[in-house]
Parts: sequence; structure tokens; C-alpha cells
Amino acid sequence: MTSFDVMFYVIAAITLFSAGVMVFSKNIIYNAMGLLFAFFGVAGIYVMLGADFLAATQLLIYVGGILVLLLFGVMLSQRITGLEMRTDTLQILPAAIVCGGVAAILLWMIWKTPWPKADIGPPEPTTRNIGTLFMTDYLIPFEIVSVLLLAALVGAAFIGRRNAQ
Amino acid sequence: MMQVGLTHFLVLGAILFVLGLLAVITKRNAVTVLMGVELIINAANINFIAFARYLDKDIDGQMFGVFVIVVAAAGAAVALAIVLNIYQRMRSVNLDEADSLAG
Amino acid sequence: MRELIETLQSDQSFFAGLPPAVLTLIFLVLGAVFFATVMALNALVMVYAERKVSAWMQDRMGPMEVGPHGILQTLADAIKLLLKEDIVPAAADKRLHWFAPFLIFAVPCAAFVALPYTREFVFTNFDIGVFYVASITSLSVIAILIAGWASNNKWALLGGMRAAAQIVSYEIPAGLAIIVIVMQVGSLNFNDISLAQDGGIHRWFIWRYFPFNLIAFVIFYLATLAECNRTPFDLPEAESELVAGFHTEYSGFKWSIFMLAEYAEMLIVALVGAALFLGGWSSPIPGFLNSGAWGVLWFGLKGAFLMFTYMWLRWTLPRLRVDQLMHLSWKVLTPFSFACILGVGLWMLI
Repeated sequence: MTSFDVMFYVIAAITLFSAGVMVFSKNIIYNAMGLLFAFFGVAGIYVMLGADFLAATQLLIYVGGILVLLLFGVMLSQRITGLEMRTDTLQILPAAIVCGGVAAILLWMIWKTPWPKADIGPPEPTTRNIGTLFMTDYLIPFEIVSVLLLAALVGAAFIGRRNAQ
Repeated sequence: MMQVGLTHFLVLGAILFVLGLLAVITKRNAVTVLMGVELIINAANINFIAFARYLDKDIDGQMFGVFVIVVAAAGAAVALAIVLNIYQRMRSVNLDEADSLAG
Repeated sequence: MRELIETLQSDQSFFAGLPPAVLTLIFLVLGAVFFATVMALNALVMVYAERKVSAWMQDRMGPMEVGPHGILQTLADAIKLLLKEDIVPAAADKRLHWFAPFLIFAVPCAAFVALPYTREFVFTNFDIGVFYVASITSLSVIAILIAGWASNNKWALLGGMRAAAQIVSYEIPAGLAIIVIVMQVGSLNFNDISLAQDGGIHRWFIWRYFPFNLIAFVIFYLATLAECNRTPFDLPEAESELVAGFHTEYSGFKWSIFMLAEYAEMLIVALVGAALFLGGWSSPIPGFLNSGAWGVLWFGLKGAFLMFTYMWLRWTLPRLRVDQLMHLSWKVLTPFSFACILGVGLWMLI
């Protein structure tokens, strides 16, 4: 049981526990905090898989951007006094059956597929490769994603504005 | 417990996916449903990066992971703008009440 | 750190018996304790320095009672804060109320690890050093939002949301100014950036590619000042408007954690600015005290000079209104930083 295995199990436990808090808690801020630690855990998984640049990107964009956006959304869509923050779950039995079925299919498929055994070396830094690939092979997706972000930004600012109707 | 390999990461991704699916199906607050969607996207991203590490000599999986993160951010921004708009009209973000296409 | 563990295991017989995982764990715990102590000592010194500097600028003496020239004043304040009663509002969420200072203390602790202290020895040689520090410092936004929410107080919530909006807006010009430097070095590694500026004061990045690097330095300075919620950007803590902003309902030890974290954050951005623009651990005179542990001295001196300018600015400039703040970030700093990137890029090509 090498330290890599121990680290993986620790990070996986943190991620799964936080995801559990996120799904099963009734307080919406607890959901957001569970999501925060789930994102942390996923960033840790990326580091274990040798994707250092992607782990920092995950922290910057997901925690520093999307989670802040979600928290603002939560705080701006509740009444401040007389907090109505309960998020009850409905129809939990059919949902449990469906999700249990999906989980069973996915796990059975992962177990049964003969994944090819590749010999992999130690992880190497990826920033330079990612940068080069962005400018050579993946230039067109890069440009399209930039335009998509611009459209999303303008659209979100327009939809979310407060107009007196 | 055996040596941590590709299957361990895939199983983690699958369990996160199912948890996110549970949140999307059962929650009725719009922002919580969004959180579930983000969890699903992260689970799929773990799959991409795990395959890039264990099955591939290049880092194409990580490139796709970067694009997934960016597109998820754009999607979350637009979705939250829509949620805020719904709140301004209906004074509630209960998805069960947002069921009319009129107005 | 791996080399340190290997040397310990080969030389001393006591340490050779332990598995490397236990040694790694011991070093991790020691490192965490070390950085927490550094943060506390930094706050101790900085609070005293701030009170003295502000006093001298206002033609008065500052703390003079406790100890010679008031040196022990901050220690007395710390003891007082520790003995205060910890009040949590009755309708507030206790877990979140405890969690926010915890998170905001962990953020600078995590960022200290990646900074370049000396030429040979760093705690971790991250290949994404600059990016890592930028992404870790963006985590303090969550802590501030949660602190504002957990206080169950309108003004705290408003202060927390304003502070979060301010930090998020000013991360963009800060990141773009960092890109200007990273373009010239070709690496995100802090040691590579410091090596590229080695050899004397004329090789520091702040003078090269004139005037683009200088403008980038000014943009980085202002943007990181706003990220630390320091005057002239301290609207979230404005006493006349929001009582005390997001840390209104925090008393005693938890409030001191917020102050500790704010001064630690200031130290980090000062050190990052020194590493990126002022040469890192290299000395200004080529060859004079330029190796080994002297790097910490030069790095610390440059960081201390930048922190002195932060205090200088605080007691000189008036506070910006929130719309002026946003105007400055989005309409002034961001276009100028784009222009710097364009200018430096064209200059490097020609």
C-alpha cells in the first residue's frame, strides 16, 4: 500500500463525503460548502493524475468563479429575513431506484471492460505541452470557446439585469 | 485493496456522476439542481483526465478537460442569470412552480 | 523536500527505521506549524509597524506605553483578544460561523509554500508556481461570503458581497499583469522568473521593456491592494458605512484570525510582486551576498519595502466609492493591462 494509494483513498473519501453532504443536506449553504470540498477533492484527483495545470485551473475557475457565482445566486434569490432555505427532496424512492440502476450499470461496465495495460512513467509538467497544443492542434476550438464565453457573458448580463416590468 | 489503477478513478467518477444525478432528479430548488449539474460535469472530467493518464501517450484528454471546464463555466453563468430572472418574476426559485411558458 | 528526506534516511540511523511516508507526514505537519507561526509573527510585527508608520505620518508618536517605544503593544492586544468572550449570534449558523475564519486562515498558509525564498532551497518547486498562488488566493472570496452570510446580519451580508465583488473584479487585472511577466520568462515557475532577473538591479523586470513592465507593475500593485481590501479600496471594512463589514459579528479570537489572514495576504502579494517585478531572491548589487540564505534577506527586504508603501498609501489616499472602484477595475486597469500584453508581445517579436 504505497503512499499514492493512501493519498488516493483519502482524497476520494473527502470528495465522496462532500458530494454526499451536497446531495443529502437540506440547508442550501451546506450544499454549496459540500460542493466546495468536492471541487477541492477533484482538484486533488487531477494532481494525482499528473494534470497540474488542470488542477490549478479547476481551483481558479470552479471554486473562485462558479462557486462564487452559485453563492451569489443563492444569496440573491432568498429573502434575507424569514429565511426560506430548506430544500426538501421529493419522490426519493423512484429517484433512488433510477440512480441505483445507473450506478449498477456503470460499475458493472467498468469492472468488465478489459482496459489495456499501458506502461506509464512518472507524471511530467504539462503547462508547456498544453500551451503548444492550444496554438497548434487546438487553435480553432480555442477561438470558438473564446467567442462562446463572450456570448455567454453578454447573454448572462442581459438576462440577469433588473428591469422594471 | 489492490494497487490504485485506472478502474479506481473510473469508479470514483461513476459514483460522483450518480450523486449528481440524484441531486438533479430530486431537488426542487433551481440553484441546487445547478450544483448537481456541476458535479456531473466534474465526474465526466475525471474520466477524461484518467484516460489521458493511463491510456494515452499524449495529453489530449487534458485538453478536452480544459474545454469542458470553460464550457461548464459559461453554462453555469447563463443558468444562474436565468434563475435570477425567474426569481425577479416569481419571487421564488421553486422549480415546481415554474411551469408556465406564458408571460 | 524529497532530497531532504533521502539525506535524513541515509545518514542518521534513527530516521532510517521509519518509512518515508511517516517522515513526509512529520515534515508536512512541521511545515504547517512553521507557516502558521510565520503568519502570527508577521501580524504581530505588521500591526505595530502600521500603527507607528501611521502615527509618524500624522505627526504623533503612536504606541509608546507598553514596552520600550511600544514594542510589546501588539502582544498585549493579542493577549486581550484571546481572553475575550467568543460571541456567536443566536440565530446564526454555528458551523458556518466557525468555518469561515478557518478557511480564510488556510488560504495564505497554502500560498506561502510556493514562494521562492532562496536560490537553492524552496519548499516545493512547483512548475505552475505563479498560477498556483493566483488560484489559491482566489479562495478567500468564499470565506468572506460565508462570513458575511453566517453572521445573520444585513450589514455583514452586504459587506461580504461587496468585498467578494471587489476581489473578483480585481483578480482580472492582477492575472493579466502576471501574464505580462510570464510571457517574458516563458515559464510559470517562480525560480525561473527569479533566475531571469539575476545579476543586479539593472536586470529586474520592472525596468525592462519600458514602459510596459512599469505599467504592469502599477496595475499589479493596485489590483492586489484591492484584493487585500486595503485602503483606498477598503469599502467592505468602512466603519462609517457598514460597521465593520463582513467581520462585524466576529469577536475575540475569530476576529483576530481575520486580521491575521488580512496581513498574511498582504505579505503574500508583496512577496509575489517582489518575486515577479523586483528580482526575487537576487541582490541588487551583482555578486554581493547573492547566494544561499542571503536570498531570504533580499526577498524579505523587497517585500517589506512594498508593505511599507501599502501602509503609506493607506494613510495618504481617501477611500474610493464602490462605483468608482468598479470603474477603476473594469474600465481602466483591464484595458491598460491588455495594452501592456499587446505591447510586450509585439516588442518581443520585433
